[in-house]
Amino acid sequence: MSKVKVKKQSTFIDMTAMSDVTVLLLTFFMLTSTFIAKEPVQVNTPSSVAEFKVPDSNIMTILVDKQGKIFLSLEYQQDQVIETLRAVGDDYGYTFTPKQEESFKKLKSFGVPMASMSTFLEMTVEKQDAYMKDLSNPRVGIPTDSLEVKDALGVISKDNEFKRWVSHATQIRDEARKGNPDMAELQIAIKADKETNYPVVKKVMDDLRDMRKNRYLLITNLKTASSE
Amino acid sequence: MAEIQTNDHGSDGKKNKQKKQTLRVDFTPMVDMNMLLITFFMFCTTLLKPQTMNLNMPTKDSVKEEEKQQVKESGAITFLLGGDNQLFYYEGMPKDEKTGVDHYNDPDFLQPSSYDAENGLRSYLLKRNTGTYEKIQEWKTKLQKQEIPDSIFRQKSKEIYDEAKNNPNLIVPTVIIKPTDFATYKNMVDVLDEMLVTNIGAYAIIDLQDGDRYLLYKKTNDAKYLSEEQLAQGIDKGQK
Repeated sequence: MSKVKVKKQSTFIDMTAMSDVTVLLLTFFMLTSTFIAKEPVQVNTPSSVAEFKVPDSNIMTILVDKQGKIFLSLEYQQDQVIETLRAVGDDYGYTFTPKQEESFKKLKSFGVPMASMSTFLEMTVEKQDAYMKDLSNPRVGIPTDSLEVKDALGVISKDNEFKRWVSHATQIRDEARKGNPDMAELQIAIKADKETNYPVVKKVMDDLRDMRKNRYLLITNLKTASSE
Repeated sequence: MAEIQTNDHGSDGKKNKQKKQTLRVDFTPMVDMNMLLITFFMFCTTLLKPQTMNLNMPTKDSVKEEEKQQVKESGAITFLLGGDNQLFYYEGMPKDEKTGVDHYNDPDFLQPSSYDAENGLRSYLLKRNTGTYEKIQEWKTKLQKQEIPDSIFRQKSKEIYDEAKNNPNLIVPTVIIKPTDFATYKNMVDVLDEMLVTNIGAYAIIDLQDGDRYLLYKKTNDAKYLSEEQLAQGIDKGQK
């Protein structure tokens, strides 16, 4: 009488090799990829064959969405960013508390008129995001319509808020560069949606040209063979 | 693999019995966690770094002089970017001030083109830029293979353009891009892109003029291209 022998087999699978592979993949992803920047609007950039990389710092990105709303993202030294905020605020008679300035530093990109800036900066990060997502709100996007503004000396200028931001940012940068020749020049990048109508882009470029800013980086995707 | 065999020596020393113990570490939770992290990285990061295209616009102060200068050159090609992804071009000027030849009513003066690579503006520009294109391309491949630095490429291409300009047998095209209000940003970038592909040395984006509006209206029969002033003058009703 032979008994049916039940062989006891261990179901233990050795996961070491698997773990090796996953760690390798993880390292690869961590080293090669960059985080998707949080942007208030989804912008589909057109593709081109140009192969220049976007610089990581010393850049001012002008984000233009389909409807022509403008958002700015300032990526240079934080103290200069705050100085820019103060200077633009000063033009319109707004001052900011240290807490609000701290909140401004954390912003990746912003697009609110100066009049709502302080309330915007008081909001929590989630509320700020939600606020900027609402594109139907006229108080979202940096205004580009010219209104007569009296500056500190009482001189009336017809600069719009967008122009003010750009001119103050570049001015502050240029001042800082005088003392420190190693500092790179602030570059202006335009990131617009494929579907944006040309007049919208033209208005942005015209405003920049008014300030004698004639060199831009147009942010595009790399054209692949399949997208051609 | 993940086992460590430890030799446990007996403490009494008499029998020196070796006890074999297997230390097995279960890696499954580790793999789980790694997979989670990979998924996170795959969703929240991008491998593509956006590219940029350099664009130099003419300054506002000197735009008129520059325009005049460029239009005077015989090699000027003007692209008009219309609505619905339409593209038109003309060579030279609509009205030659020296000879007095007027092309405004010539139906074949404004030619249709397209953004298509094969038989659109790329093939046309390549044809126009033969000679210069090949020379630049030679250096461009070297640059792409990283045989030469960017500065040398720029210097060489400048030399080639200057040489071509002084060569009476070569017509170096100067491209003028005039987008209408109905063009999209993509159209603009596409045209600028073709300038890079076909190694055009001189190009500029310039505002649309009334003459161009008239040409577009004549070609497409669409009054949307006309300016308000032109409409007020009744150009769309056959006057010029």
